[in-house]
Amino acid sequence: MSRISTALMLSAALAVSACANADRFNGMGDGSNANNRSLSNAPVPGSAQDPRSPAYFQQTVGDRVLFLIDQSTLTPEGRATLDGQAQWLQTNSDYLAVIEGHADEQGTREYNLALGARRASAVQQYLISKGISPSRLKFVSYGKERPIAICSEEACYAKNRRAVTIISAGLTS
Amino acid sequence: MMTRLLALISALFMLSLPALAQDGPLRIEITEGVVEPLPYAVPDFVSESAGGSEMAAQLARVVADDLTGTGLFREIPRDAFISQITSFASPVQFADWKAINAQALITGAVTVNGDQLVVKFRVYDVFAGTELGAGLQFAGTTDGWRRMAHKVSDAVYSRITGEGGYFDSRVVFVSETGPKDDRRKRLGIMDYDGANVQYLTDSSSIVLAPRFSPTGDRVLYTSYETGFPRIHIINVGNVQSTILESREGDMSFAPRFAPNGQTVIYSLTQGANTDIFSMDVNSRQTSQLTTAPSIETAPSYSPDGNRIVFESDRSGTQQLYIMPTGGGEAQRISFGPGRYGTPVWSPRGDLIAFTKQNAGRFHIGVMRTDGSEERLLTASFLDEGPTWAPNGRVIMFTRETQGESGEASLYSVDISGRNLKKVRTPGGASDPSWGPLQP
Repeated sequence: MSRISTALMLSAALAVSACANADRFNGMGDGSNANNRSLSNAPVPGSAQDPRSPAYFQQTVGDRVLFLIDQSTLTPEGRATLDGQAQWLQTNSDYLAVIEGHADEQGTREYNLALGARRASAVQQYLISKGISPSRLKFVSYGKERPIAICSEEACYAKNRRAVTIISAGLTS
Repeated sequence: MMTRLLALISALFMLSLPALAQDGPLRIEITEGVVEPLPYAVPDFVSESAGGSEMAAQLARVVADDLTGTGLFREIPRDAFISQITSFASPVQFADWKAINAQALITGAVTVNGDQLVVKFRVYDVFAGTELGAGLQFAGTTDGWRRMAHKVSDAVYSRITGEGGYFDSRVVFVSETGPKDDRRKRLGIMDYDGANVQYLTDSSSIVLAPRFSPTGDRVLYTSYETGFPRIHIINVGNVQSTILESREGDMSFAPRFAPNGQTVIYSLTQGANTDIFSMDVNSRQTSQLTTAPSIETAPSYSPDGNRIVFESDRSGTQQLYIMPTGGGEAQRISFGPGRYGTPVWSPRGDLIAFTKQNAGRFHIGVMRTDGSEERLLTASFLDEGPTWAPNGRVIMFTRETQGESGEASLYSVDISGRNLKKVRTPGGASDPSWGPLQP
């Protein structure tokens, strides 16, 4: 997963185009990134141990919340994750976020696009309610186009019904 | 590319048709659903020029594939033939074709001259011992030979069923490659039977749900090229595409042309809410047609352009509604168990095709425009996105298989529910949009 942190660093200049990188659909990072092998105890800047890094946001804060079937209401677990996201975004105010809404495959294409938008919007509104500036938050729905788990069972569907907050370095906001 | 040059025996056409419509044997009533396909013979076309025999055989093959592929006709194998057709002009030995129970006989002739191709054909009602309709001739270039074969098929189908044909038509669709969690999509365009596939976009961004214009010259589709879903319009001739709807922060998708080819209806998502809008393609002026806080999407015009059918979850689940073209009060038309989405108005105006989800299964179905006489035509793990053949008798749709190796394919089915079959495509395929009969 070292490609993720590389991609995120590269994205500094290309905040929006980084969204076209399909790597991030392949689930959570596993923390085995090359920078972790540093002998120093201090976290390497940008590594998953650096609390200011997008990798830390993804792996430790938690970049995603899950939803019930055909629902866009945030669960208590989801709200707890988003509280952490809001806190991180408050602290790291030079980062922007794109919230990606997704649906499982049990639904028609158009409806799932709209449903994914509801989910992403629910996350966006929650973060705004926690004091994050709307100007830092964009959202997009992928409907059922980008599953991360590919079996046709509830175990996979549950992982796919998600909203993922993608952090990118922005210009000064 | 092709002109209809002459009608050879138009007087006979005028005389024979009324008689056949009443009591002639050579007539298929499609509305009833055909249980027993009509047996017919199509010998290799006669080559009337040097080097034309291969083309003559291929043309007859495509005509047979078209007709047999409808499920309404059954081809009699060549080895059963008693007579051969060696001259297009010679009288037909009806007794020989009767003996093998060929109710219809199709003969043709081909002249190849450089890259120029002329195709003639006749259709015979074997048991009446007469020609059915007038002989016709098409001229064009050799690279358009499949279209000429389809034109022959359309004429034969039309004379025997009394319905318009659909063989000389094209389908725009999404070509899919790669595994389920890294699927690559690009727009493809092909003949209705899967031949002559060409690609309109590359697979660098997700593309969804292309829709032909009424004349087939342009295609609307949704692309993630900007990172966000936006409606694009592409000119099929020169493959130039532009973004049609690009409001900052909003998503636009599910576009469809009005019958006038000037107006587009589509969904626009603003915040959590998705509504239906219309846009004039030239002026880019938009108007909002729905205002409910629910999901309104998948709009489709009636063929007269006066009404719009769409799906909405305003009642709590996806259901079908009809509203006037300018917006306003909508009438719900779907009331059965389950959820209804992706409604598409038939080109004949009589039916609405839809996707239905019920009890964990997906179906393609049709209902009358008041919601009555609902009939489910298919059932599978995932069927969705119906599109109508130009004659309103056949529906093409996406079928996706289950599980980790799940793949999307195109299928077609008669509105009777018969003749379900897979459409041949080079790889995975989804989101078909069936274009008009070509001129």
